[in-house]
Amino acid sequence: MKIYSTALFLLLSLFCEVTAQNDKMVLVKGGVYLPLYGAEDKVVKIEPFKMDVLPVSNSDYLKFVQENPQWKKSNIKRLFADESYLTKWKNDETFIGLPNAPVTTVSWFAAKKYCECQGKRLPTMDEWEFAAMANEDVPDAREIETYNQYILGWYETPKTYNNPIGETFKNYWGIYDLHGLVWEWTLDFNSVLISGESRKDVDKDSNLFCGSAAIGASDLMNYAAFMRYAFRGSMKARYSSQNLGFRCAKDVEN
Amino acid sequence: MKNFRYVIIMFALATLFSCNNSSEKNTDTTETAKVKKGEGEAIPEMSIYNLPSNWTTQNGEEIELKSLQGKVVVMVMIYTTCKAACPRLVADMRNIEKQIPDEKKDDVQYVFVSIDPETDTPEKLKAFAKENEMEDDKWLFLRGTLGDTREFAAVLAVNYKQISPMDFSHSNIISVFDQNGEMAHQQEGLGVDNKETVQAIIDLAE
Repeated sequence: MKIYSTALFLLLSLFCEVTAQNDKMVLVKGGVYLPLYGAEDKVVKIEPFKMDVLPVSNSDYLKFVQENPQWKKSNIKRLFADESYLTKWKNDETFIGLPNAPVTTVSWFAAKKYCECQGKRLPTMDEWEFAAMANEDVPDAREIETYNQYILGWYETPKTYNNPIGETFKNYWGIYDLHGLVWEWTLDFNSVLISGESRKDVDKDSNLFCGSAAIGASDLMNYAAFMRYAFRGSMKARYSSQNLGFRCAKDVEN
Repeated sequence: MKNFRYVIIMFALATLFSCNNSSEKNTDTTETAKVKKGEGEAIPEMSIYNLPSNWTTQNGEEIELKSLQGKVVVMVMIYTTCKAACPRLVADMRNIEKQIPDEKKDDVQYVFVSIDPETDTPEKLKAFAKENEMEDDKWLFLRGTLGDTREFAAVLAVNYKQISPMDFSHSNIISVFDQNGEMAHQQEGLGVDNKETVQAIIDLAE
């Protein structure tokens, strides 16, 4: 297995244009947490991982498409992104907005490929949620009123996706912009099994979801997180959205 | 011989992970060389055969999805330890297969993709096939890496989540692909009326 991953790494570095971009990462020490939509009352264990301090910016992404032209707006295969891909870009190499604004309107496939080309990967949903529980001071601020107010206040603020990266708060782990800027793709966004608009209608579509009765919101009060899960549940891998960007993560090497 | 095989594997891996354009071009030429006669047409943009993933069958063979090109493919994602929906999905697949006229049967490939590749070894898949009397060539059981499986589910719009070491929650979707790997029809839900799915297959198959 180790030889295999070393081989993979070598190949990755051979065949991807690996340009160091805004790639500063920090360590998120793992731990356990109770996700909003997990198996019944089951805490999830998070192994230590590294996460980008900042989301991927417009200029980062431009560099990526220049080096990997098959991901340019006019070249991308429709299987990997629908028509909304880079919809704000004037052409293949011209984005609209600030160079250091987060790149948005990218599909899951594109985000995933970008990270792979950096020798990284997308964070899992649990990793993302775990890192995002932190405020400035503590790793889990979910029960702190100001933390929730901040997130809900952001949800009400229009067009934050035009803002530069790195201007929201620096959280306990040293990560910026998990809240307050854009929503972010996760590797397993398609593990969300909620449907419809209600928080409790998981049973409604029992034809579509096997075992759906086992999935319930562990904490229905957590409206802010619910919004994120619902949004993820509504996405498909080829969709893009104006308020959806991404950042990369990485396993910790032993 | 062994060395040769190793080179091929390395090359396949290189293909898998190539990002930049130049390597992509190299890949293209070698891949076209491998493609069988009559399957040389360009792959449409929406085709699942654009996915570079490699899979292992219930017989332990390594295949690319692309090797299914040329047949109508009916696909469903399951896991073999599943007790609830999967037996019904298997029954649905069998039921669909029964309704395809004899002269078209050879043009249709039924594929089960495991969402639990860590548990579903080729041996497990083989046993599952046997148990369900699906040992004929028209039934294909596939297992990939965790990442490729996640990606494949994303393409099929199948959502799934592990809820315990033995159990997954997953959407019950049967997908039909045409000979070029473009999705032609999806049936969502268990034990639903499969008339449209059957019709879609009949319309496509030759």
